[in-house]
Amino acid sequence: MTRRPVVLSVNGTDHEVWVLPSETLLDVLHDELGLADVRYGCGEGVCGTCTLLLDDEPVNGCLILAVQAAGRRLTTLRGLMGPGDAMHPLQECFLRHGAAQCGFCTPGMVLTSLDLVRRRGRTSREEIRYALVGNLCRCTGYTKILDAVEEYAGTAAADPSPGVAST
Amino acid sequence: MTTVEPPHTATGRYRVVGTSPAYHDFVDKVKGSLHYAADWRLPGMLHGRVVRSPVPSARITGIDVGAARALPGVAAVLTAADVPSNAIVEMASGGLAELEVTMPVLAQDRVRYAGEPVAVVAAATRQIADAAAELVAVDYEELPGVFDVTSALAADSPRVHDVGNTLVTWQIRCGDVAAALAAADVVVAGEYRSQHVEHAYLEPEAGVGWLENGVLTLRVSTQVIEHAAAIARIIGLPQSKVRVIAAYMGGGFGGKEDMTVEPYLALLVWHTRRPVRMIWDRQESLVASTKRHPFLMRYRTGAASDGTITAQQVEILGDAGAYPNLSPRVLFAAAACACGPYRVPNASITSSAVFTNNVPASAFRGFGAMQVVLGYEAQLDLLAERLGLSRTEVRERNFLAKGDLLPTGERLDTCVEVAQTMHRALALLGEQEPPRPSGPGKLTGRGIGCNRHPYGRTIWFRDRASAWLSLQADGTLLIRSGVTDLGAGQAASLCQIAAEVLGAPLEDISIYIGDSALNPPAGGTFATRQLYMSGNAVLHAALELRERMAPVAAGLLGVQSDELEFAAGRVRVRARDDGVSITLAELASACGQRAISTAHLSTWRAEAGSFDPRAGQGDTFPDYTYGTHAADVEVDTETGQVTVLRYAACHDVGRAINPMRVEGQIQGGAMQGLGYALTEDMGIEDGYVQAALFANYLIPNAQDFPDVLVDIVESGEGKGPLGARGIGEPPIGNVAAAIASAIHDAIGVRPTELPMTPERVLALLDRSAAGTKGQEVQE
Repeated sequence: MTRRPVVLSVNGTDHEVWVLPSETLLDVLHDELGLADVRYGCGEGVCGTCTLLLDDEPVNGCLILAVQAAGRRLTTLRGLMGPGDAMHPLQECFLRHGAAQCGFCTPGMVLTSLDLVRRRGRTSREEIRYALVGNLCRCTGYTKILDAVEEYAGTAAADPSPGVAST
Repeated sequence: MTTVEPPHTATGRYRVVGTSPAYHDFVDKVKGSLHYAADWRLPGMLHGRVVRSPVPSARITGIDVGAARALPGVAAVLTAADVPSNAIVEMASGGLAELEVTMPVLAQDRVRYAGEPVAVVAAATRQIADAAAELVAVDYEELPGVFDVTSALAADSPRVHDVGNTLVTWQIRCGDVAAALAAADVVVAGEYRSQHVEHAYLEPEAGVGWLENGVLTLRVSTQVIEHAAAIARIIGLPQSKVRVIAAYMGGGFGGKEDMTVEPYLALLVWHTRRPVRMIWDRQESLVASTKRHPFLMRYRTGAASDGTITAQQVEILGDAGAYPNLSPRVLFAAAACACGPYRVPNASITSSAVFTNNVPASAFRGFGAMQVVLGYEAQLDLLAERLGLSRTEVRERNFLAKGDLLPTGERLDTCVEVAQTMHRALALLGEQEPPRPSGPGKLTGRGIGCNRHPYGRTIWFRDRASAWLSLQADGTLLIRSGVTDLGAGQAASLCQIAAEVLGAPLEDISIYIGDSALNPPAGGTFATRQLYMSGNAVLHAALELRERMAPVAAGLLGVQSDELEFAAGRVRVRARDDGVSITLAELASACGQRAISTAHLSTWRAEAGSFDPRAGQGDTFPDYTYGTHAADVEVDTETGQVTVLRYAACHDVGRAINPMRVEGQIQGGAMQGLGYALTEDMGIEDGYVQAALFANYLIPNAQDFPDVLVDIVESGEGKGPLGARGIGEPPIGNVAAAIASAIHDAIGVRPTELPMTPERVLALLDRSAAGTKGQEVQE
């Protein structure tokens, strides 16, 4: 197989990378572009640690080929942050509620939750649980993650400022 | 460091301890900027891959690496012949009749489990490494194997190792069990079984190795940097020439306590002289990483008619799999904890680790002391049922108290607040009774599970941990400690303790961890020992440093040392509110002028003791954490499905250094326990793992179980720093027992086998309909 060039638009920056047709988006983002916030966890689309937003929709980077992502808008957790490494309000909620332990699942948890709140606004705890079934966490028992997302959903619905309408 | 408004505020006399600030690694994690073991890339880096046995028991009759070596891009294909010292040696545990068996790094002429490493490959890309691994041609002549402990103990069973199948036996003996059982008003007996369980940390085993200044350096996801010594032995290097750096882990739970990628990375780096990265596939991790020991437990408990336990006989067999790993110690912990938080004046406990041709079992959060909770709690519920007592009543009649003797002859020297945790956990459920069933064919029930879980290593290891603190010239603080961080905030807790004593603001403290060359040894992060051990090391280092610097500050402020207070980056006089104080920077400068060092290394040692394995008496663990979980469940009698309706957990943690993290440990432990109780099973059949995809191994997701409600007791009587007890492992122990208890309450029959799947619950319902009462026997 030969490598071919594709342009990946990640967190607002275009990157030209030479990829094999068989390479997953996860492998290219993590190993070629050095994005440590998109992580290999299972390679089966089960655990959600490689979650990123593809045109604002959460997907598993391990289930998409890099060549399929050409011309699409890709957002990783780092892409949510503002100038000066400022955290997104949802990240602030994760911090306030202690919603991470080892932190390996955190990027996927934040991105999937953000998508939910963008779509549903002030959403219920049960709806958050349902949205997060594809993002596994082995450390926290989920309770604090649900607390964090629930708080964000409350404030985001009341105050549709940063993060609700746009990245 | 970013500090956010803590949801918990300080109580009492501590300023930093008892609060829940966000800490350095936590901020990085939420920002996605933490670099885990797989995230490093070095120039010229190769990619490593392990070639594993596809069969559980076979003789290797030939290995041909020619085609693999010939593949363009392949830098090395190594087999047993290329390993300088092909043995991973476990220290003898001291148990009875312990077999001497070493595990090869790469199998030479015999494989004993499916997944056993046979060769290792390094190549320019991961794809080439994968292809080369496929090209390694190994000829296997399959041999008969044994796949469960009962078969393994049969006289004519195949031997996993020539020396025999019983790796080690432990016994604990006190009083006269036979006489006490004969004299008991009531005897209940039960047989309980648990399954192979996977740690399923979300970060698979990973690391990067390289050579630097002649030193073989590995940056890996590990709980134990002290494996540097074993790696040196395998490669044939002096210990000074191997350095292990521990990245912050994406979870470990005991599964990164033994070496994982280390020896393979080391071999490849040493042979190629190039940097190498190795990441195990999830599927590889499922098949080949160590597992939790399945236990077969037989309990016989005698009691007086008022419910007072008079005797307990316990036999435990643990499936060690194909190699020793930490099995002897796991089975020791099982024996030492087999009677739970109850007074048992006459006890006879025997536990054995048994070899099979299954994947090796080793450390997993709970370490033998968690499997036995299913047994001892079932016995208490059966006693209550037989005697017409309530489940809380029969427990309160038997709970241990400070000053009581354990079956090992040890006297408990800290308080036992297990009754309080039981009442608080039940109170958290809210109502007096479980909810009414949601419809026809449904039954609801309430259960409890109490436990006594050790923290700290077995006493006879005479454990120790060191820490080094340095007050910098600008008044900020450095901490160096070999501690590894699983994600539970091990490093951050040390910062909180140092901040409390020395008054340096948390944001002014940096901690360097997990480096076998640069940081003082802390011992690994396992056995719920790091808050206890390194917490005490940092506490004492900080106190001693403060004691050394205090006279300088006292001289500058014109008071006595004992009038000083270190807080908020300053030293001031406690009794005065005139604001007269010096900054820590001024203190550091004044110490410098007087040639008084502001750096200090301290080593803290745990208490000493010894155990007589023949008499079955002696010292076991330094202390215990006690707790209770309570659950309401609904059982669907048509499908056997168990729905957990409410779940509550309460533990006495002595003192909560960071209450939010304590809650997190309890919630996470309980959730992992719910998977163990109800859904998780590797399903190993004839040595082959059935759950070979992550999709088939059912760890809890966000929807499976309700929130875990938490209450924390702070008795202040732990042996950790400031009276803390460890909480890493204890909260996984209670869960299966609490759920079994709740199902028992709902359907009237005791589940005895894990996981409690719908099929098994249906079988119990059938037996219940047939009028038999499960495991209970009349005597």
